Amino acid sequence: MRGGAGPTLVLVVAVGVLVATGVTLLLERSLTRILLGVILLGNGVNLLILLGGRSGAAPLVGLAPAGQTSDALPQAMVLTAVVITFGLTAFVLAVAYRSWYLSGDDEVQDDLEDRQIVRLAERNEVPTADLGGEGPDNDPEQVDPGPALRRLRRGDRR
Amino acid sequence: MLVLLILHLVAALLAPLLVRWWGPRACYPLALAPAAAVGWAVVHTPAVRDGGAVVETYPWIAQPRLDLALRVTTLSWLMVLLVGGVGALVLVYSARYFHHGSVGLARFAAVLVAFAGAMLGLVVADDLLLLYVFWELTTVFSYLLIGHSTERRSSRWAAAQALTVTTLGGLAMLVGFLLLGRHAGGYRWSAIAAAPLPGGGYLALAVLLILTGALAKSAVVPFSAWLSVAMAAPTPVSAYLHAAAMVKAGVYLVGLLAPVLAIAGPWRPVTVVAGLVTLVVGGWAALRQTDLKLLLAYGTVSQLGLLTVVIGAGTPKAALAGTAMLLAHALFKAALFLVVGLLDHTSGTRDLRELSGVGRTAPLLAVVAGLAAASMAGLPPLLGFVAKEAVLAAFADRPLVLAVLVGGTALTVAYSIRFLWGAFATRPGEPATELAPAPAAMLAPPALLAAVGLAAGPAAGWLGGLLHPYAELFGPVEEHLALWHGPTPALGLSAVAIAGGVALHLARGPLAPALARLRFPVGGNQGYEWITHRFDRVAIEVTGATQRGSLPQYLGTVLLALVLVPGTAMLAARPWQAEIAIWDTPAQLVVCLVIAVAALLAVRARRRLTAMLLVGVTGYGTAMMFVLYGAPDLALTQFLVETATIAVFVLVLRRLPDRFSARPLRRSRWLRRGIAVAAGLVLAGLALAAAGARRTPSISLAFPELAVAQGYGRNVVNVTLVDIRAWDTMGEIAVLVVAATGVASLIFERSRTGPRPRRPVPAAPRRDRRPVWLRGGSTLRERRRSIVFEVVTRLIFHTVLLLSLFVLFSGHNAPGGGFAGGLVASLALTLRYLAGGRYELAEAAPVGAGTVLGTGLAVSVGSGVAGLLFAGSVLQSVKVDLWLPLLGHLYLVTSLFFDIGVYLVVVGLVLDILRSLGAEVDRHIEASGRQDGGLAVEREGERT
Repeated sequence: MRGGAGPTLVLVVAVGVLVATGVTLLLERSLTRILLGVILLGNGVNLLILLGGRSGAAPLVGLAPAGQTSDALPQAMVLTAVVITFGLTAFVLAVAYRSWYLSGDDEVQDDLEDRQIVRLAERNEVPTADLGGEGPDNDPEQVDPGPALRRLRRGDRR
Repeated sequence: MLVLLILHLVAALLAPLLVRWWGPRACYPLALAPAAAVGWAVVHTPAVRDGGAVVETYPWIAQPRLDLALRVTTLSWLMVLLVGGVGALVLVYSARYFHHGSVGLARFAAVLVAFAGAMLGLVVADDLLLLYVFWELTTVFSYLLIGHSTERRSSRWAAAQALTVTTLGGLAMLVGFLLLGRHAGGYRWSAIAAAPLPGGGYLALAVLLILTGALAKSAVVPFSAWLSVAMAAPTPVSAYLHAAAMVKAGVYLVGLLAPVLAIAGPWRPVTVVAGLVTLVVGGWAALRQTDLKLLLAYGTVSQLGLLTVVIGAGTPKAALAGTAMLLAHALFKAALFLVVGLLDHTSGTRDLRELSGVGRTAPLLAVVAGLAAASMAGLPPLLGFVAKEAVLAAFADRPLVLAVLVGGTALTVAYSIRFLWGAFATRPGEPATELAPAPAAMLAPPALLAAVGLAAGPAAGWLGGLLHPYAELFGPVEEHLALWHGPTPALGLSAVAIAGGVALHLARGPLAPALARLRFPVGGNQGYEWITHRFDRVAIEVTGATQRGSLPQYLGTVLLALVLVPGTAMLAARPWQAEIAIWDTPAQLVVCLVIAVAALLAVRARRRLTAMLLVGVTGYGTAMMFVLYGAPDLALTQFLVETATIAVFVLVLRRLPDRFSARPLRRSRWLRRGIAVAAGLVLAGLALAAAGARRTPSISLAFPELAVAQGYGRNVVNVTLVDIRAWDTMGEIAVLVVAATGVASLIFERSRTGPRPRRPVPAAPRRDRRPVWLRGGSTLRERRRSIVFEVVTRLIFHTVLLLSLFVLFSGHNAPGGGFAGGLVASLALTLRYLAGGRYELAEAAPVGAGTVLGTGLAVSVGSGVAGLLFAGSVLQSVKVDLWLPLLGHLYLVTSLFFDIGVYLVVVGLVLDILRSLGAEVDRHIEASGRQDGGLAVEREGERT
């Protein structure tokens, strides 16, 4: 084991390949593929973070002279990331299952709300629900601010 | 003063409770809070009447030097009286205005008291930023009060409009304050006013921005539309916010700043023009209203315009007249609003076309309203008359302004008459309106206000003495307030105005078409609607252009940014090291090749299982890289996680189709691959660059020493996780709990907390006593059972659990720890489930997954709190030395308990996954099998 600061070419290549393949899968439509892409990407980025610290002997005090052990900080960060990725994997798999359960496949469809807004923009419209004051005789100056109680009573009398 | 503010806060917090106990009557005790403000102001009268000030300062936020600086001088003293007095009366009135069980009463009472407190804070604040805070608080509370009837659209609309307009104004004002404070060197108004203000172009801009805020708050043209719409509020709210308190905030601000800023560039033109236009437009609009409340609302708009002109004028005479007018207006307008509320309450209508003969049936009410309306019209001997005389006298040297003022006053007289005539006259042919008896608590507040207006007229001289110190800020004062000045030109103009008003009222028939047709071009809501409509359009265009709804497109954009920005920077700077080693050990090359081949094959794979296994290979490869790099903890965790991931994948993939569906998006395939390759290159470049980027020694050089000295452990990675950077870990286990909950809620269609699934009792208990390796095994179908698997599971399950505990406890000094231990235990549980099915799982772990997760989180948090208790800092490790018989000397570190919590959370996560994606999906399969293999699953409770 060489031990020392900085990356080695082999590790850099591994990072590049993992990221490139991960991104390819990430840009797919199938949730399973997207998830596999995330995992590949995660492995690549974990390696990248690890490269931020020096390699060396295991960071156990007393095992090797100080200065020859590997850097513990990126390792702790990556350890956290590994476990989080596991939680994420389970969650996305549950989403994929539910998607399959409801629609028969695990493809990510376009967002309906967004498509609707795109259509509105193409037709130069606005959601009409927000327009217009609510006044008697369509007079914008008039509002009917009476308490609900008053309307109720008026209704009683009629 | 701070005590008063706290009193309001406490009252507001108690209000819901009191309303629950006593219903609307809770408003009586709540009225004590604003009443206390009045008492305070009365007690401190001597301090301010000679031009002094009551000052309180409490340090608050150190960095922007924002103190709770409170200061009461004559103007703010007057406002405290008004805010407190009208507030208390309105609360008394509300006690009968609302009924027992009125919807939202608790919220109403709390917000009204809170509003009174915020308004009080606004008028006593000396620091401009503090003033802004209270300013926006009143905006927010008024939003809640105007939108009281949440179920009605008009009410919500009105609240939103008031909020939008006044907040926009408020923001402009804040910028103005910042400009002003920056150049003046501080935000304490008393200090700014005491020193000469540095001149410059900023001042005009600051004045414009501040006036925007003030005029928006006071509903002066062009911001006047929101006030009439805000009449959707309950009438007590209108009486308080829209007559006496909130809309006066703008006028108050104008009055507060005028002594210094009135001479600055745009101040006078803006206040005079905007105020006069508002005066006339509002008065004219009031003449055509048939709803009495709207009539008053437009009257208020008109009067606010008048107040802006007078108080903004910045002369001693006008200042004195303006403060008198401020007081008079609050008294009569609040009284009139309360009268309308009472009419509405007792007759069920406030439309002047429906009311008839009220003057006869309710003479007392008519007298109260008459007094208030007479004050509004400016008739002697009421305070309104005194104030109006003073106003006309103050502008005697400006004929143009004076003419408009007289015209506006005539309009005021006309709508005052219209109000009285509409509310109390007997209309021939109309049946007399039936009135319910008026409760005394509702009649007393307007009566009191009207009576004060009557009494203050003759006492004008004394009152003027109290208000003098404010006018003296502008220069020496020769004028005095008085009921009778002798035959002055102002008196003559008053007479002209009154005669004009009477004539306008008498000519209302012929004038009706003109009244209906002649409107301000941007009247009512149209301007506001037009602007909001434009905003909606722009928002939709922008959203439609950028938000196409396609996930690959979004991700592609994000990644392109990643490629372009750091990628270009890297190409420009070329930060990589000159020399680079090929490998640390040749083994790395082998592993790298395996990873690369597996990853490339995973991209090409058409079957889900193949792709998943190939990705798993890259995971194991990465773990090998960790080993070779000198990271055993990491490698251990990665191996375990990879195994668990494969298990979870298999659980789900058994249900999903075997192959991926045919890929759409063929057109963009090469683009996507291009992005992917570029992203890979950029990240590889980053990896190279990172090595040469370090300029200072790493913080982690100190970690080994810290780990031993303060974390009491030799495994630096583990001590980092549970001690040095324990907050990270705390956040992470919280994420794990969330993920587990998310998984369960996506899969379970019923409560997951229900009883555990019980193994069905075999119909005919077997007589043979053959040993059973796993009791749940008999619940599986024969095809799925594997006796070898069951035997192995039975043999190693407990051993593996013990191993997991060993990994957990040894982790502090050797590779291992909570994550690794938890994962080992999880794999044991997974084994049990795979071998024996869901009933076996339930017997292996007879607790709810939620319980395990919660316990884990609680243990971790508890150990952190223990650190706080014993060592003074959250999550700090404490070492406890023990001596046990047989075992001898031991030591325990509190961070071990933190790790135990982590262990439990990981076990809980996997348990939840097994319960959801395993057991519950099993149930789905069984249920679908019963229904001819269809996807529809029987939902419990839907069919019987």
